[in-house]
Amino acid sequence: MQNHEPLLKVKNLRQHFVTSGHYTVKAVDGVDFVIYPGETYGLVGESGSGKSTIGRSLIRLYKPTGGQIEFNGMDISGKMDRVTTGRLRVEMQMIFQDPMACLNPRKKVGEIIAQGLDIHHLYTSKSERKEKVSEMLRKVGLAPEHSDRYPHQFSGGQRQRVGIARALIMNPKLVIADECISALDVSIQAQVVNLMQSLQAETGTTYLFIAHDLSMVKYISNRIGVMHMGHLVETGTTEEIFSYPVHPYTKSLLSAIPRPNPKSERLRVAQSYDYKEQGVDYSKGLQHHLGGSHLVLATDEELVKWV
Amino acid sequence: MENLHRSKVMEIRNLSITFRTSVGQVHAIRGVDLDMHQGETVAIVGESGSGKSVTMKAAMGILANNGQVDSGTIQYTYHRDNGEIKTVDILQMKKKELRRHINGKRIAMIFQDPMTSLDPTMTIGKQIIEGMLWHKRATRQEAWGKAIRLLEEVGIADPDKRMKNYPHHLSGGMRQRVVIAIALACDPDLLICDEPTTALDVTIQAKILELIQRIQKERNICVVYITHDLGVVAKIADYVNVMYAGRIIEKGTVDEIFFDPRHPYTWGLLSAMPDMDMSNERLYAIPGSPPNLLHSFEGDAFAPRNPFALNIDKRLEPPMFKVSDTHYAATWLLDPRAPKVEMPEVLKNRIRIMLEGGSYHAES
Repeated sequence: MQNHEPLLKVKNLRQHFVTSGHYTVKAVDGVDFVIYPGETYGLVGESGSGKSTIGRSLIRLYKPTGGQIEFNGMDISGKMDRVTTGRLRVEMQMIFQDPMACLNPRKKVGEIIAQGLDIHHLYTSKSERKEKVSEMLRKVGLAPEHSDRYPHQFSGGQRQRVGIARALIMNPKLVIADECISALDVSIQAQVVNLMQSLQAETGTTYLFIAHDLSMVKYISNRIGVMHMGHLVETGTTEEIFSYPVHPYTKSLLSAIPRPNPKSERLRVAQSYDYKEQGVDYSKGLQHHLGGSHLVLATDEELVKWV
Repeated sequence: MENLHRSKVMEIRNLSITFRTSVGQVHAIRGVDLDMHQGETVAIVGESGSGKSVTMKAAMGILANNGQVDSGTIQYTYHRDNGEIKTVDILQMKKKELRRHINGKRIAMIFQDPMTSLDPTMTIGKQIIEGMLWHKRATRQEAWGKAIRLLEEVGIADPDKRMKNYPHHLSGGMRQRVVIAIALACDPDLLICDEPTTALDVTIQAKILELIQRIQKERNICVVYITHDLGVVAKIADYVNVMYAGRIIEKGTVDEIFFDPRHPYTWGLLSAMPDMDMSNERLYAIPGSPPNLLHSFEGDAFAPRNPFALNIDKRLEPPMFKVSDTHYAATWLLDPRAPKVEMPEVLKNRIRIMLEGGSYHAES
């Protein structure tokens, strides 16, 4: 998988928000990573770490402050011409967190799913459009009859399936799933994750999976990036991150995951991490390569201390 | 954990609650039995809409106005200020009496969202001492001093300065600590935590859980913990109650529920959680979605989603079958006439790994 040319190359991406004349929020401050075709890249971190901002910058809901984003051979970081915008809007899709809020309540589900097809003229006849929608509904585990219903007639899990159908009907190369299971119940989460995985096996889509639930991220991702304070502090394969974490923030995150095992859980104490106390300054750190695809953000002295 | 002289704090029997809504009657709680003892942590696990919050809200007498108790008793035992032991039925008490003698004073609650459970117009110091002034008739000075000690106890640095802060000055985790301090202000003997960490990040969640654990041990109070996260349950609970569609379908000690679950729904819940040690097999998912409690149904509420459902499940709701003195489950599979059904292989493996290799987690 790694031998391919990356599908998405992000270099020194910065996304700042000017909140007032003298204060700028540096939500994302110099992030590099690549995503290879067909893999699932998990992005984890606490709230406010900038993981959702990255997703939104990639799909150009924001205009990036600086850095390069190369997607499928196109530069999508600066001003885009019409052709590029059109291609980006087809080839990159997003699944949102809240299935209640992301579907237009006044449109029927069939219309919601077909909206992308309508805009980009991706069918030649009415019957083809209908066929495509029905097929997609079947793929996500709903019935074609459901296309005449409104979003409020569905349960949370079903609504998230509609969100997935809407994204995948465009045959995208990259799907950004922003906390797409956090709003669902435990028993429904597993259903949606299984669905996403089987659709990936079928279509070969690439996922950028943004979440704060590390156990789910571990389960679904091939590679993981750990975000903190707008910096990507550590990235590597799932194996590398979970078995050999280096950065103290990653370690504290891993130690904090509650595990369904009362035997060990009762005694476990989570490690704490305070970057101010430890004097870690992310802007001074450099990405150090630790073998494989394992990278960690650290200064030379810090690296010696942590390894 | 084993305590021969367990003194009962609260006993809920056969509680049924209906909500009147614009679309009809919703039978949110259908016959719940629950016991709470001093010095123990009881967890109530279930999906949203299973009735776990409603049960505890009824226990505190803060049910929404359209809620109506159809049957049941909630016996609450407490020590009066003069040391006398008194048992009351919360459901029979007048609202005014409840507010005066029970709420906030003897039973305290921590809510899910620390953003909305604090008053944005009051300093946190005022909010902490409010209860003490009212319930304990403490002087302002005493209350102020105790509030500072409480803030220290919940792990807030510089408590003197923080007392004069407003909630918006604090981060989410700090706010939840303040909420806990408020709940503890009147030394309650029953602390109800309604998903107190759901709105927080994992790292902060772990800290808050450890804090609640520590307070529970130090003060030897009863903590009821409402959650949907089995990882959290494993960490803090002594006893676990699994709720589904308004009923408790399995109850037992935490070891019994995690290592010897009997109800297919509990099997499903346990296997639906991704395990950090397991390699990437397919996650087990419970098919379908929870029933709509607007409609009445025959038989077991879980039967339509249950791959192990028997014929009788479609006709008759199962009673609680006894597995051990502390372990009960409501499934016909435990009936002596039922065919022998084993838990899924995946779950069996996982439990075996947990029992053998528990040490792996402890070191990490």
